[in-house]
Amino acid sequence: MAKQANVKLAASPAQLEQFYREMLQIRRFEEKCNQVYRAGKAGGYLHVYIGMEATAVGWLDAIRKGYDYIIAAYRDHAFPLLLGSDPVATMAEIMGRKGGMSAGKGGSMHLYDYERGFFGGWGIVGGHTPLGAGLAFAAKYRGEDRITLCFLGDGAANAGVFFETLNMAGLWDLPVIFIIENNEFAMGTRIEYHAADTELWKRGLPFGIESERLDGMDVLKVREDAKRIVDWVRKNQRPYVVEVMNYRFAGHGAADNDQSLYRTQEEVEKAKQRDPIALLEAYIRANNVMTEEKMEAIQAECEDWAERVTEEADASPHPDPAEVYDHVYTDLMPEEGH
Amino acid sequence: MAATQEKTKKNYLTAIREALDEEMERNPDMICLGEDIGLLGGAFGVTEGLMSKFGTHRVYDMPISEAAIVGVGVGACLNGKTVMAEMQFIDFISCGFDQIVNNLATYHYRTAGEVAMPMVIRGPAGGYGGGALYHSQMNEAWFAHSPGIKVVCPSTPFDAKGLMKAALRDKNPVLYFELKQLYRWSAIDEVLPDEDYEVPIGKAAIRREGRDVTIITYGQNVYHCLDAAKKLEEDNIDAEVIDLRSLVPLDEAAIVQSLQKTSRAIVVNEAPRTCGFAGEIVARISETAFQYLDAPVLRVTRMDTPVPWAHSLERYVLPSVEKIAEAARSVCRF
Repeated sequence: MAKQANVKLAASPAQLEQFYREMLQIRRFEEKCNQVYRAGKAGGYLHVYIGMEATAVGWLDAIRKGYDYIIAAYRDHAFPLLLGSDPVATMAEIMGRKGGMSAGKGGSMHLYDYERGFFGGWGIVGGHTPLGAGLAFAAKYRGEDRITLCFLGDGAANAGVFFETLNMAGLWDLPVIFIIENNEFAMGTRIEYHAADTELWKRGLPFGIESERLDGMDVLKVREDAKRIVDWVRKNQRPYVVEVMNYRFAGHGAADNDQSLYRTQEEVEKAKQRDPIALLEAYIRANNVMTEEKMEAIQAECEDWAERVTEEADASPHPDPAEVYDHVYTDLMPEEGH
Repeated sequence: MAATQEKTKKNYLTAIREALDEEMERNPDMICLGEDIGLLGGAFGVTEGLMSKFGTHRVYDMPISEAAIVGVGVGACLNGKTVMAEMQFIDFISCGFDQIVNNLATYHYRTAGEVAMPMVIRGPAGGYGGGALYHSQMNEAWFAHSPGIKVVCPSTPFDAKGLMKAALRDKNPVLYFELKQLYRWSAIDEVLPDEDYEVPIGKAAIRREGRDVTIITYGQNVYHCLDAAKKLEEDNIDAEVIDLRSLVPLDEAAIVQSLQKTSRAIVVNEAPRTCGFAGEIVARISETAFQYLDAPVLRVTRMDTPVPWAHSLERYVLPSVEKIAEAARSVCRF
């Protein structure tokens, strides 16, 4: 009787290892972000991706990294990490240092990596969604087969500008995928209180856009769905709306108000039973893809990696005030004031 | 021991909340609209407790739809409601801009005075908190530039409460800029009157009397100016600090009166320099008080850049005690 030989893995062992590593790196990186925030080394507002790792990992694995375009909301740390941006420059930006990808001028919510096709995190909810359509428009106009992933939250799905954008994307057959990361909360307001129709995937239907609701916790399922849709959009040059069901384990921001005002601890614990990292670990174990030793080694590696990245970022100097007028315009300096 | 009734000092945030609470109590037609203002009590806690006290038919957790929050509020005003609309950060107000400057600001005018628009739009404003480009702005000039809207900006708990009450009783739309860095800054906590009171819209306050130079400001910059005034004592410069409190209408008389005494002025605010409200004040002075001046009027504002994320850069582009003191010295040397 054939046993193991008949089991077909959802991804190759090398891919499984890659997904495992990527999710762990994001988790450890985000934990470091929370730490530097609490230590006063990152200011203002900062939002981590803990609990939602499978969504970015699965979707970004399905695209041609560095060729396809990505634009996202303010919960944006995972994207440059997955695209191969320098993690030290990413952390340095979050810490407001000279070595950051925007020389400390953008910060946590506004990371970007032009060269790798990441056009930024954006701090005003919904405001970036037409930019996603515009990126897709430009690619199509040039006759390229690049596609655009536009990530947004469930809260942004109510913004008027998103509806205007969907209309144009549908009207002009733009190759853009709007990925609504439904983590069930617009900050502290539960989806039942902010959306008349909580099935956000339907947002695309009135505009003749292919639309689906998908899982966002099982990275293998995410990646399979993503691959299918990315290929479809590239081939058909039409938009797509997906609602990805996930859950943020962390608060809205690093300085969240009392979370008990809007959700119970039991609810969070229940969601954590589908922790994307634990789900993948279970899959790996069930299929004997890796030894326990190997998994532990990867865990330790990611831990060290996050530690080193944070230390190196922390060694980057603070920006020089003399640079403050740089890049307000391409070709002139604002008049010096007092 | 005699029971001495110790009065509790209250912070700026509590002062705003009390005003909202008391006006909700007083005016059954008042409703509150905003993102996360109900269950969560607001991103900063300003509206804490209002939903449980007044119910979900008067306090609404709104979707992230600033245009609709303002627009629905305008519609409700047309039907006799008094509306408080919160912008989670005042920066997000740009998403509702059309509804404010076109629909809200003009309705009274285009109905030849028949319909009033009792609406207050308020939200956390200002820098110095590391909020970066879209969570740090002072965009009061956009609205001061739109006839039909009043604009206020309190700097103390007493004014925060009194101006909010006045705004909510005003029949005109009022843009109310509150400074998030002042919300819980205990140094400015103060005892608030037990009795109902208003701070009239359009009246400035003299925060410090002086003979040599008038420093005109509002919002959190009031405190930078007061610190600068203290510093200027070392140079034997006696600075007067005017806290405008209201921008529209502007208390021009208070400015002119002060200038009659000092003959010198600087204007301080944290909005960008070009076309900021500081420029408007300088223009008014030029038009109405030129004869009293012994020196040009200087501005200390945010530099003409976006608000950068890095702490060191943010502080650099915003007005500081040192920059204010230097500008004051400079007009005194003239």
